[in-house]
Formats: sequence, structure tokens, C-alpha cells
Amino acid sequence: MMPFGYVRATDRADAVARAGSGTRFLGGGTNLVDLLRQNMEQASNLVDVSRLDGSIRESHGGGLLIDASVRNAALAAHPLVRRRYPVLTRALLAGASAQIRNMATVGGNILQRTRCLYFYDVDGARCNKRQPGAGCDAREGFNRYHAILGASDQCVATHPSDMCVALAMLDAVIHLSGPDGERSVPLADFHALPNATPQVETVLKQGELITGVELPPPSDAVTHSEYRKVRDRSSYAFALISVAGGLALADGRVTEVRIALGGVAAKPWRARRAETALVGRAPSRDAILAAIREELVDARPLSGNAFKIGLAERTVTAVLTDLAGARA
Amino acid sequence: MPIRVNGAEVPPPDDARISLLDLLREHLHLTGTKKGCDQGACGACTVLLDGNRVLSCLTLAAQAEGSDVRTIEGLAGDRGGLHLLQQAFIERDGLQCGYCTPGQICSAIAMAEELRRGDPSYVTLDVAAGPPVVTRAEIRERMSGNLCRCGAHNGIVEAIEDMLAETAR
Repeated sequence: MMPFGYVRATDRADAVARAGSGTRFLGGGTNLVDLLRQNMEQASNLVDVSRLDGSIRESHGGGLLIDASVRNAALAAHPLVRRRYPVLTRALLAGASAQIRNMATVGGNILQRTRCLYFYDVDGARCNKRQPGAGCDAREGFNRYHAILGASDQCVATHPSDMCVALAMLDAVIHLSGPDGERSVPLADFHALPNATPQVETVLKQGELITGVELPPPSDAVTHSEYRKVRDRSSYAFALISVAGGLALADGRVTEVRIALGGVAAKPWRARRAETALVGRAPSRDAILAAIREELVDARPLSGNAFKIGLAERTVTAVLTDLAGARA
Repeated sequence: MPIRVNGAEVPPPDDARISLLDLLREHLHLTGTKKGCDQGACGACTVLLDGNRVLSCLTLAAQAEGSDVRTIEGLAGDRGGLHLLQQAFIERDGLQCGYCTPGQICSAIAMAEELRRGDPSYVTLDVAAGPPVVTRAEIRERMSGNLCRCGAHNGIVEAIEDMLAETAR
């Protein structure tokens, strides 16, 4: 690990003012400290933003404003989140361990890097994300955990966050502050697909800080939402497939449905095509299956993860069928 | 700003790279906290930071400045005896080699507080409802961040059940 300095930002403006080349913002450190230790990331200075004021409050429009420094555990346990956005509490609690959720911040969770084993194997593997142009050993390697949607020849890594899958389903907006001022980006547009530049993972600009996340007011399908995660062990493991789902019905027909998938792509995958196919239909098992199959038409499995297509189909069907059953 | 470790104030290290775990073990010689994976996968290094369980391997010591750290060495009662949960681990055979035990115990003590607050877990049926019913499934899910390679999990869960029953009286 290369030597670096450490300073605690006193407020957001102070943090942004301290940003410069070689400076990294530090949240809970659950990913960045590990990456620095393994020399996969270098920094000359860490600006600790994890102690900035962190609150969760209602927005003027009836939504929720969540400061970026709020810890994952605190967000999951917040009464308003549990009552109005249960999918978010469930997704947070599906991620990592209690210790890590106590440390990890909302901003850091959004910016965490892939868990692709080849990305982490500095000495033994080629990785286009780590070293552009080097090649990708995951494509023909152990790719059970890798992408089936939106991947490229360059990179097949997935984004590991559970929280972000729920945020994609909730139409969350990310607030940013940087040298050029403040701006907001929908979470759906924040993470990048790999294309020819897998080293570019988000639309974040140099020196920009995530200051918060805003959730729109909860719709009926959000209040009745669920998160289900399928993994190789029943707890403390990354997702093979995860599903954030929400459903609203009137007269036995779908009036609103929201579906986002985790474990399938370099970003949380909002299944808009499946949603469109389901609206106006009765939520039968066959209708749900047909809708998610429409979404997965473009899936391109690798040597070791073709099972993910069927697993995604069955998990979406199970989540929506359960939600429909609970609402019937 | 100093770091308070088990009630004593210690200066933060000069080198920002030093983890809280290395500060405890190598600088303060509090070797009760164990280094397992050193990358956030095993939970052996779990300590209490301002009462919350965290991984000391992924916490920079500098991040703990101004905070209160409690380790396994700081859990004993006022009269120097064992903590209730330490005694329960002995009685329930909650260990074999013992390497994960300090982390398990720190983790479970914080978990009891999370339960008392009514925090839900991934296996809680209704996250919007009040305090979750404490079941073995709840304990196992909440303790999943602490691995035990000897497989002493049944004894660990029983020891935690004993502590929860004792403190609920």
C-alpha cells in the first residue's frame, strides 16, 4: 500500500474543495480500504466523508431524502423506509454482514466496484477494467457470477450492490456536488455498461461527490414490494440473481409493476420491457413468465452461467406471484 | 484526537494506512482481537465502535479518532469476571479452536442491542412490524458475518440464546 494522507471533511463544501488528483473520498472503507491495501487503487490523500451529517428526511414532494453518509444499517432500520419502501430495507439487509452494513455508507455502496475474481487477481489474471487493453480472463474462466445482459467483449463483470437494485426499482435520483456545481442523475443512468471502456463505471466526474439519494413518493407498487436474493449460501454472499419487485392491482389486473434485477449486468437492470408487457394483464404465472422472457431475449450467457436465465425467470415469477397472492 | 480503547485514551497512529486491527494488535498489544482474512470476509476482527459492531481490518485507525472502541479485553464485568456471554460460550461449547471467538462474542453483544432496538433482519417476515421474534433463524442470519471453521455454530447459537434469555429477565 502506498502512503497516503487522511483528513476528515468538515462539511460537503470542504470535501469538494479538497478534491484533486490523487484524492479519494472515503466512506465506510469496506471496499476502498481493501482495494488500496491490494494496490489496486492508489491515493495520495483520503478525504473522509463518512462523518458528514447524515440524515433521512421527507422531501417536499412526499418522497425521501437520504444523505450519502447514512450507514446502510441505519437506512435499513429507519421506520419510514421500512413502512414505505420495504424493498429497500430488504435489499440492504440482503447485502454483506451486519458489521459491514454498520460501516458502509449509501454513497460508498453506489460506488463499490465489481467482485469479479479476475479483477482482484492483480498478479494472476488479465482484466480490461483494471488495465485497459490487457484482456479478460473471466470470459472463458470461472464466470458463474458474471453478466448475462449488457456485457461486452471487453468485460462481463456484474455490479455487486443489492441496495442499488432496489434504488433502480424505486426510480431513485442521485444528487452530486462537484467543482462545477451541483447536479442530479437518475440512478438508472448513473452506472455505465462496459462497452469498449470497462474502466469507466459511472458518470461521476473528477472531484464529484455523491451527496445524497432521493426517492420519489412511494406508489402503490412500491408500498407492496419485495426483494429476493438467490446465492450460493443462504447469507453473506453476493447474488447469483436478485429481484426487486413491486405490484399494484385493480380488478385483478396489473395497474403498476416494477422489476429490477441484480447479478445480471454491470448495473442494476430495470426490466422495463417485462413491466410494459405485464401492465393491464392478470398476473398469472404464465403472463409473468412470458413478460420476463421478453426481457431476457437479449441475454447472452457465458460458459458457466447459462443457468442464470432460468433462475431469473423463476425468481421474478416467484416474487411477483407472491406479491399478487398477498394482494388478492 | 485520541481514540478511546476499552476506556483508555490512545493517540492515533502517525501512518494513516494502519488499520484499527493492526493498531490494537501490533501497537497496543491487545491480541484478543484476531486477524483472519484481513479483507472483510470472516468477522474474526469484529470490535465495537461507539457500540456498533464493525470490522477492524477494514477500518483505518484514523477513522476511529474521537470514537470509543471496545474489544474482547474490555468486556469483562466490573469485578473482572467473565462477561455473561463469555461464560455462556464455555458452558455451551461455543468454540473449538477459539480463533473466531472474540469476534463472535463482540458481534453477538452488539446483535443483542440491535434486537433490543427492534432492527429487522433479512429473515424477519414483516420488516414494517415491531420488534422481530427472536428465533434461531434470526440469530443465525444476524451472526452470518462471523465464520467458524470448526463448525461450533450450534453451541454459539445456544450461548447467544442463553445470554438473550438472561438479559430479558
